[in-house]
Amino acid sequence: MAIELVGATYRYAGTAVPALGPLDLRVEPGAVTGVVGANDSGKTTLCLVAAGMAPAVVGGKLAGSVIIDGVDAAGLRPHELAQLCGLLLQHAATQLTHTTATVFEEVAFGPCNLGLPANDVIERVWGALGAVGIDALAPRDPARLSGGQAQLVALAAVLALRPRYLVLDEPTSELDPAGTAMVADALVRAARETGAGILLAEHKTDVLARIADRMVVLDAGTAAISGGAPEVLADPRLAGLGVDPPVRVRLERAILSAGIELSTSAREVLA
Amino acid sequence: MSIGTPAQIASAAPDSRRGLPDYVLRRPTGLYRSLNPATKLAIAALQVVAAFVVPGWLGPVAVLAVLVVVAVATRTLRDTVRIGLAAVPLVVSIMVVNLFLLPGAADPIGRFGPLAPTWTGLQFGLLTSARLLAFSTAITVAYLTTPVDDLLADLSRRGLGRRGVFVVGAGVQMVPRTLERAGEIMDAQRARGLDTEGRIWRRARAVVPLAGPLVLGALTEVEERTMALEARAFSAPGRQTLLRVPADSTRERLIRWIALAAILAMAALRLTGRMG
Repeated sequence: MAIELVGATYRYAGTAVPALGPLDLRVEPGAVTGVVGANDSGKTTLCLVAAGMAPAVVGGKLAGSVIIDGVDAAGLRPHELAQLCGLLLQHAATQLTHTTATVFEEVAFGPCNLGLPANDVIERVWGALGAVGIDALAPRDPARLSGGQAQLVALAAVLALRPRYLVLDEPTSELDPAGTAMVADALVRAARETGAGILLAEHKTDVLARIADRMVVLDAGTAAISGGAPEVLADPRLAGLGVDPPVRVRLERAILSAGIELSTSAREVLA
Repeated sequence: MSIGTPAQIASAAPDSRRGLPDYVLRRPTGLYRSLNPATKLAIAALQVVAAFVVPGWLGPVAVLAVLVVVAVATRTLRDTVRIGLAAVPLVVSIMVVNLFLLPGAADPIGRFGPLAPTWTGLQFGLLTSARLLAFSTAITVAYLTTPVDDLLADLSRRGLGRRGVFVVGAGVQMVPRTLERAGEIMDAQRARGLDTEGRIWRRARAVVPLAGPLVLGALTEVEERTMALEARAFSAPGRQTLLRVPADSTRERLIRWIALAAILAMAALRLTGRMG
């Protein structure tokens, strides 16, 4: 059980050069897999391919395969994919429908599309709001939320479909530090409460250092480095790939380069 | 960053009947506001037809009088006037064109060089403007007294597919969203030194750097919005679940039938020449 990309190579329509791949990747249930890379390294494309949206919705051509829990994503329709693998994009404003009066109804939009009985819809909405920790936002107008709150509502809206995996494309890119912390906390909570496997593309390596179990560093659409999150984030090749290491790693390096020895307890404090 | 006051948290408690909170079950209050959206649309359609089909001043004046009463009763008068002001440029152009250029008008008010405004043109311009105002006010009052989601839920209940419902909803919300986005772009352009104040040619020149990002931004947003909708099972087969449905009644159905009959009767009388 996992999202498995096997030799996945993807080209957008009208382009000759693949934006992604060939790439092998495995997203395990209950774990957070972080993806970093410089601009144009293929992070968004990876998210679309892993969620099955490319080529199903976006078009283009995919070689290799994307298998979600043993099922080839190519054979699934968008609404079936949505129930297996939730997708959250980076712009909060485009994630919401703008046709609902309350956050409750916004989150209910997906389950209502599935034609579920009203009681099931209501249960799912409260469950998703609770998983993200935004029950109190339920009566609010979705058009009058801050960026961080809107992104949390979008996350809850995706969770209400109860997907087994979540694919998130830079969900904190438009957020200030407080909004980023809110979304990161919500992801940790959602992963814990739903057991969903998460693929998180993110520029902010401090967020990944906090929540990722495994990491992939993309360069020109292929995996330049992959492995456990602490090891990858401390890899000296990271800066050369256009990725800023987390503050902790940079601080540790600065201390060491100043010739100061770090004790074990100091390392623990930094970690 | 706070996500809710204690009062909001308290009001978020689920309704005991179905688990649906009160703020989702919300019922509009007041005689006119609580009408079913379809009834309000039927009334608006009747008002528009009456304004244009009933000959002379009676149609538009009577419709405008009724609409003012409704706007006062529903406390939407101020917003109605504010939105109505958007029609001023159109009204001015109608007046100018008819005042000076109405074909066949030969009763000049006076002569100002080559221009000769006519009494017939003035009267026709005012009448056309009154009809236009009655039309726009009827739509505005219906819009201001009908929550968009009530309209969408009612359309869905009446069998309009989810794509049709979404198009109507997105269309209704498009104007305020576009205005909001235009304001953001204008602020951004001003911050980069674009001069948008002062003489009219300067303002006109500022339209280009506004229109480009506005149109391109809207186009690129479409793809992301499409994916976001698909990620929420928008294309799932079968009927959508409706969490609540706006109230309807036999009395309201009767009102709609009467409105439809009146529209057809007015159209028939007008076409057969029995109504001026």
